Amino acid sequence: MHNPQLTDDGKLKHLLSIEGLPKSIINQILDTAESFVGVAEREVKKVPLLRGKTVCNIFFENSTRTRTTFEIAAKRLSADVINLNVSTSSQSKGETILDTVDNLTAMHADMFVIRHAQSGAAHFIARHVKPHIHVINAGDGRHAHPTQALLDVFTIRRYKPEMHNLRVALVGDVLHSRVARSEIHALTTLGVPEVRVIAPKTLLPEHVEKLGVHVYHDMAAGLKGVDVVMMLRLQNERMTGALLPSAQEYFKTFGLTQEKLALAKPDAIVTHPGPMNRGIEIDSSVADGRQSVILPQVTYGIAVRMAVMSILAGNN
Amino acid sequence: MKIHIKNGRLIDPQNGIDTKQDLFIAAGKVAGIGQAPADFAANQVIDATGLVVCPGLIDLSARLREPGYEYKATLESEMLAAAAGGVTSLACPPDTDPVLDEPGLVEMLKHRARQLNLAHVYPLGALTRQLQGANLTEMCELTEAGCVGFSQADKPITDTLVLWRAMQYAATFGFTVWLHPQDIYLAANGVAHDGEIAARLGLRPIPTTAETIALATILRLARETGVRLHICRLSSAESIDMVAAAKAEGLSVTCDIAANHLHLTEYDIGFFDANCHLQPPLRSQRDKDALRQGLANGTIDAVCSDHTPVDEDAKLLPFGEAEAGATGLELLLPLTLKWAGEQALSLSTAIACMTARPAAILGLKSGHLGLQAAADVCIFDPEQYWKIEPRALKSQGKNTPFTGMELAGKVRYTILDGDLVYKT
Repeated sequence: MHNPQLTDDGKLKHLLSIEGLPKSIINQILDTAESFVGVAEREVKKVPLLRGKTVCNIFFENSTRTRTTFEIAAKRLSADVINLNVSTSSQSKGETILDTVDNLTAMHADMFVIRHAQSGAAHFIARHVKPHIHVINAGDGRHAHPTQALLDVFTIRRYKPEMHNLRVALVGDVLHSRVARSEIHALTTLGVPEVRVIAPKTLLPEHVEKLGVHVYHDMAAGLKGVDVVMMLRLQNERMTGALLPSAQEYFKTFGLTQEKLALAKPDAIVTHPGPMNRGIEIDSSVADGRQSVILPQVTYGIAVRMAVMSILAGNN
Repeated sequence: MKIHIKNGRLIDPQNGIDTKQDLFIAAGKVAGIGQAPADFAANQVIDATGLVVCPGLIDLSARLREPGYEYKATLESEMLAAAAGGVTSLACPPDTDPVLDEPGLVEMLKHRARQLNLAHVYPLGALTRQLQGANLTEMCELTEAGCVGFSQADKPITDTLVLWRAMQYAATFGFTVWLHPQDIYLAANGVAHDGEIAARLGLRPIPTTAETIALATILRLARETGVRLHICRLSSAESIDMVAAAKAEGLSVTCDIAANHLHLTEYDIGFFDANCHLQPPLRSQRDKDALRQGLANGTIDAVCSDHTPVDEDAKLLPFGEAEAGATGLELLLPLTLKWAGEQALSLSTAIACMTARPAAILGLKSGHLGLQAAADVCIFDPEQYWKIEPRALKSQGKNTPFTGMELAGKVRYTILDGDLVYKT
């Protein structure tokens, strides 16, 4: 099948999902990100790679954190940045997605960073934009959040460079999570031999095992001997209802505490895509503890997004 | 108008005919088979050398979008599409705007269709007012106006008491109830089969149980009420087993599937191809195999186009927001022929699934070409491949998962009541 995110000669054209990305491109992004980590520590935190380019953050769904990191990444590459919060503007006036995109194209944007509540929205936009425009998926529905997954594996690689020798567990709401889907593909593509998901049956999609993961419904069994624990965010509206009885019971059964973490390897690290629900999916003592790499994730997130943007801009 | 169709391969499944024979048409009826009636002087001779001559196709579900959705399609455009697809009779579901729940609306639709004279239109009336699943419609009045059955289209009755009463009432008068089984809670907001593809693409799922649980309820109430039941658009292997069991038990039940489902699975969604956003959803390979088998062994009575023209804007959206449906009238024949060819079934079997078998469900006298039968005829070239190009389709709906494919089976002539209504 034609891979919509690669050019005919196999270079990165858009970043839409991790699924379908060759290992070589993932490694290229991660290696490039390494070179950007130092930029933030310089006195002048800028490189001129995207000078004269315009990056458009089009957010059809609210997100302060992701939008901000994309904005910082683009600005550190010397790009001009436009932020558009479409959920509160034109869409409510009846403008279609393509109208919005066409209008921004007419303003000579070079790169679109898209967040949308519908799975497949970034693919849809990528299919319809002018050929010179690059699309970066910043989260589409339950489908994919590739830059988050890339920054997660970047973080893991920094702490645990031997990816082919790792046991990784994803904990929490996989069903609704674009982050989980992208993380699973990133880990398996990079050769992590054992990826586990740990969740109640109500928070797992049917056939999740076909994504190449081992399924656990019990934290004690699932965390045993793992090198990396990747926590997922539980949305407020899903804490009570038909999916879960209460936040308290969830914390008791699937929340990450020091006691449960002790079952993992002693040097295991803990990630979280943020924003965290302390006391629901993760205990503060773990979130702020010595095994947590949650804040480094945020720092690396900027380097990874700079890497993606600079690679895309170089593939014209 | 007298037409002599010569040198064609006449296939009339109901009368067991599959042989090279001429067909003679006069006064809108079949006047002679094999030899001309006395004093027959043809006004027109159609040379059908190399072509198949069969009864006009009968499509159990074609949305014409009138009244109310003329921006999606009009009677003119869709009746032309029917003629171009060799379809001479079609049943249309009641989910128009306004809903077909008033005799006057049905009469108007029938009248408009008669004026266009491109295909026979058999409306299905709404089973409940506004399709809201609460109050029964005037089924006797609607039948007098021309309804051939009663349906909820894609809006299931959730209140099982109302469903039971609706079946009882329809059974009182011997009306057929057409139902598409789907549990609205299990299918809520769903857009794709609850399989690997939905898991990977993060699409909201419609589990198979949404169909089987609703079907179990419907079949149980059909047993209680003795209603004549037609089940629309099945999509799963388990449902086919349930219908087979119901038939073995002796229930008065028939069912159909859409031609799209004979050839496609969830995997055809690929990277969010909205053309594959269909209702019911495309399911697994195993389900597809069971549908193909069920149609071959007769558990499934008929294949329909499930023609649902959707306007361009409604499809130009991300998968989940795009409207479900595909154009189908012009693809029913080639898709059914493709299935039969791949299953090594005869042309006659394929044609029966689109003629005699749906005619029995609708209670029509047509669907065959016996002497004095209505001269509704489809003449097609079974060997001619043609490329599915949206612009070339007569239907105003241009969306189909088969765009760009080459399919065999090209309609050359369509005759309705003895009049040539399409020719290419």
